[in-house]
Amino acid sequence: MSHRDTFLHLSVIAVLFAAFFVLPAYHSGSLARIMVLAIYAMGYNLAFGYTGLLSLGHALFFAAGMYGLGLTMQLGGWAAIPAFALALVASLVVAGVVGVLALRTRGVGFMIVTLMFAQAGYLTALYFVQYTRGDEGFVIDQAARAIGPADLSSEAGRYFAALFLFAVTLLVIGALVRAPFGRTLIAIRENEARATMLGYDVQRLKWIALVVSGTISGAAGAAYALLFGYAGASFAGVQYSIFPLLYVLLGGAGTTLGPLIGAIFMFYLIDLSSGITNAYMLIAGVVLVLLTMFLPHGILGTLRKRALPWLP
Amino acid sequence: MEFGPHLMLAMLEGAVTAAILALTAMGLSVVFGVMRVVNVAHGEFYMLGAVIAWFVAATLGTHPAVGFVAALVIAPLLVGALASLADVLILQRINYDPERTIVATIGLLYILQQGTLMTFGPDARPVEPPFNHRLALPWVEWGEQGLALYWPWGLSITSYKLFVIVAAAAILGALWLFMTRTRAGLVMRATQQDSNMARAFGIPVARVYALVFGLGAALAAMGAVLIVPIQQAHYLMGHDPLLLSFIVVIIGGLGSLPGTIIAAILIGMSDGIISVFFSPTLAKILATLAVAMVLVFRPQGLLGKKAA
Amino acid sequence: MTRKTLLKPDYSRRKAIRTMGLGAGALAASTALPRFVQAQSAAPIKIGFQVHRTGIGASYGRWYDRTTTAVVKRINDAGGINGRPIEIIAEDDGTDAKRGAEVIEKFATQSKCDIAFGTLFSHVVIGSAPRAGELKLPYFVVSEGHHVASGMLNRYTLQPGITDVKSQVQAMAPYVANNLGKKVTMIYADFAFGHDHRDYFSAAVEAQGGEVVAKIAIPPTETSFTKYFPQIPRETEVVYHVMVGPAVLTFVKEMGEFFGPSSPEIFGFIDSLEAVDIASPGLEFLEGSYFWEGMPRYAQADQTDYEKEYRDAVGVDANGASVTDSKDVSTYAHMFGCWETMNIIKAGMEACDYQGPEQRQALIEAVEAMSDMPAGIDHPQGPKRFNGKTHQTFGVQYISKVEGGKMNVVHTTSIEDTLYPDEVDYTTQSF
Repeated sequence: MSHRDTFLHLSVIAVLFAAFFVLPAYHSGSLARIMVLAIYAMGYNLAFGYTGLLSLGHALFFAAGMYGLGLTMQLGGWAAIPAFALALVASLVVAGVVGVLALRTRGVGFMIVTLMFAQAGYLTALYFVQYTRGDEGFVIDQAARAIGPADLSSEAGRYFAALFLFAVTLLVIGALVRAPFGRTLIAIRENEARATMLGYDVQRLKWIALVVSGTISGAAGAAYALLFGYAGASFAGVQYSIFPLLYVLLGGAGTTLGPLIGAIFMFYLIDLSSGITNAYMLIAGVVLVLLTMFLPHGILGTLRKRALPWLP
Repeated sequence: MEFGPHLMLAMLEGAVTAAILALTAMGLSVVFGVMRVVNVAHGEFYMLGAVIAWFVAATLGTHPAVGFVAALVIAPLLVGALASLADVLILQRINYDPERTIVATIGLLYILQQGTLMTFGPDARPVEPPFNHRLALPWVEWGEQGLALYWPWGLSITSYKLFVIVAAAAILGALWLFMTRTRAGLVMRATQQDSNMARAFGIPVARVYALVFGLGAALAAMGAVLIVPIQQAHYLMGHDPLLLSFIVVIIGGLGSLPGTIIAAILIGMSDGIISVFFSPTLAKILATLAVAMVLVFRPQGLLGKKAA
Repeated sequence: MTRKTLLKPDYSRRKAIRTMGLGAGALAASTALPRFVQAQSAAPIKIGFQVHRTGIGASYGRWYDRTTTAVVKRINDAGGINGRPIEIIAEDDGTDAKRGAEVIEKFATQSKCDIAFGTLFSHVVIGSAPRAGELKLPYFVVSEGHHVASGMLNRYTLQPGITDVKSQVQAMAPYVANNLGKKVTMIYADFAFGHDHRDYFSAAVEAQGGEVVAKIAIPPTETSFTKYFPQIPRETEVVYHVMVGPAVLTFVKEMGEFFGPSSPEIFGFIDSLEAVDIASPGLEFLEGSYFWEGMPRYAQADQTDYEKEYRDAVGVDANGASVTDSKDVSTYAHMFGCWETMNIIKAGMEACDYQGPEQRQALIEAVEAMSDMPAGIDHPQGPKRFNGKTHQTFGVQYISKVEGGKMNVVHTTSIEDTLYPDEVDYTTQSF
């Protein structure tokens, strides 16, 4: 059972590894970005897909990672690895504090509270404009974007760094959701009252799930800044909270590979339709509506329901 | 400006914001109260109301008052009809499943926004107010001869802004009469309390839902028609009203109509007043965090009942 | 697969890998490339145009698009560049930093553009420039941000066709302080560019013996402004405003209602009212106020022939609106940048006898070598002085007064007024 999951995950990683050598430059470059976004969505999926916490504020954690790395590298002159570590700590702390407060609410209240915290975070990034350059953002020096001899601003360096982080996240999440911890999260999602009755400390478990989720999202934000050389307040805006929700719902909430599928789908939906018409967001809107009507569990969720019940 | 007149000005401006917010949020609240769905496209219905108002006023091209009154009738009707159609075509088919509704309305948001960009264009378009006079306001102070009246520099409001406050209150009053005194309102309230029971008593719940969804959108459109002579019609204008309406509905207690109005006044006024004391962006940060904290420590909202 | 790649001029990472992997064969193929390119020398020069068709920049994007179309038509009608026509590959960036970077990648690696061009909003420029530099794609921005000259970007990013905010702002200070008043209150959007205005103008006006008595930053999400105006001190002689976004009309209108009949002098950046008709309802109070203009929107009494030719080519009437729709007002103070930048690209490509992407570095060096550019149909806004070290151009600025619902130029700065010491020397950076 669990072997099949691990095998599937390793196969996906192997395919992504090979893709770099097979795909044309444009698509392998895009895939590097998609993997970073998929990491973000995987983090989101842990909270939403597995634990049932519908957050509209994950951009706060993404931005905490992005600025945690960007500001320490650019203003503090830190090297990539310690800056990345600090970014993880920053997003962990932010997620920890937000979790303590926001988890007192549930349902729509939780949505709004997380949305408010993220909005406050966005405005904070604008407020400290002398450090963050606000909406304009800032460039992270190309020379600093390296780990030892590996140049992360080169196409290969970027791709394999993204793949490495993606692989680690996928394997960790794959193991996590199979472990008793992950099983309990699903139990909370399905019936919180029953989980409480069974003696689980539901509040604490939800908090841990949100903190892990936020930290992974922060890792994605830090990776974006490191690999693409830019940090700016637009990544802290509402729409970057909505993106991972879309990816997860499209790919399939509560599936390990759904976030990746969703991120690939959305990227190419916009990229291809923008080649046909200016109204690509119109097409994206129509596709979203159609998907919710005809593929309610997302791509992998529907596949799991109809054909492959073992899908992780 | 001195503190007193400044505070008064901020409160007057806050009252205008609160009036529009009350209308827009009421639309969201009615929909949530009756149908239990979160409509992310609500801000786009607001935007459509403003755009249609511009279109009506520009097409008629007569006296601004004629165009304005026509817009006040036509825009809510059109937007309401569109929303009802969306309800029948999309939301009914996904059974109002909470998560799917959010995604579907996000899709609807993109469709409406992009459709407007393609037809109406990217520019902000003004609508002329039916009337607009600057009214300088007096203030009192202790002078040498006791209490004296004087006219502080800049303390003023326009007649149209006062009209907006009155008109919003009138519309909300009419809504209250509709909900409490008419048969349609009774049916709505019955559906809100227990949709299964309502269905058992022969109420066409699907039709009620479509009408409620249309009514919610029409209220947002009315708010937009009132505000568009002050602000302008623009295809991205729906974003902030959506966020603010959300906040108001939650703070007021989900689905509680009086709560929504109280929360709208609170949020609208505080937005103006906090800006007197803090630097503007810091004020926004504090106001946002304050809203979050209210929800954290009183999750059921101000007037909501404690969840069972 | 291998065959196909060898035949196509592919300068990306894959070429490097193949060069390593295939050794001599690949080396022979790549040395044979110039001949291949020459064989196709009538093929168009592909220019990737990053355009704001959707998102907050759409008003500007539409006019950037029209201006670019007009200048490309003019160049192609006159025989193109080095005998080759220009082909514009336009792609919407949604006025978004992330999509902007993706679009740059698409230009470089998929549509194989020679260069990229045309971005306005600063966050899109800053988000895209690192990728342009890494992909070694010359990136000609038309943004008026100070990001290029500040040294934040890289050797592949240039701004030769529009002046930057720092030079514009400091050139305004002498006129404002000496003609309008010494005590200035600044009202600006709480955005990075608003802070640029605050910092550069404060310093410049103090150098003129003036003083900024209050600085009022307005949050970017604000839609109602009256509540901020009481912070304007009573002693204020000039209000300096610079706002952007769809709410600016409300801002100007509410400022008029606030002051009523007793208003100080008002000086604004036309950014506040680009694509907006000065004769809109509610803007009557702007009568008698002053604006910075990058290029005068209304045809002036002393209009030059080349200014008229440019105006006609883009399709703008004497009031700055579209010739087909008088309600469709242009972004006249900025869009000339597309026209001038494209002409500079042409001049640069001709100077280095540009044949294909392997000459991208030569193109940048050719542009870096440029300096003074006379006013004329290639530079209808006025004369320019390009600084090859900072990759930034400098030029005259206009101050106009609103009179009878039109803007009339009352002062033209010199180029010298706009100069400031270099903050970077990009020519020392390797390619």
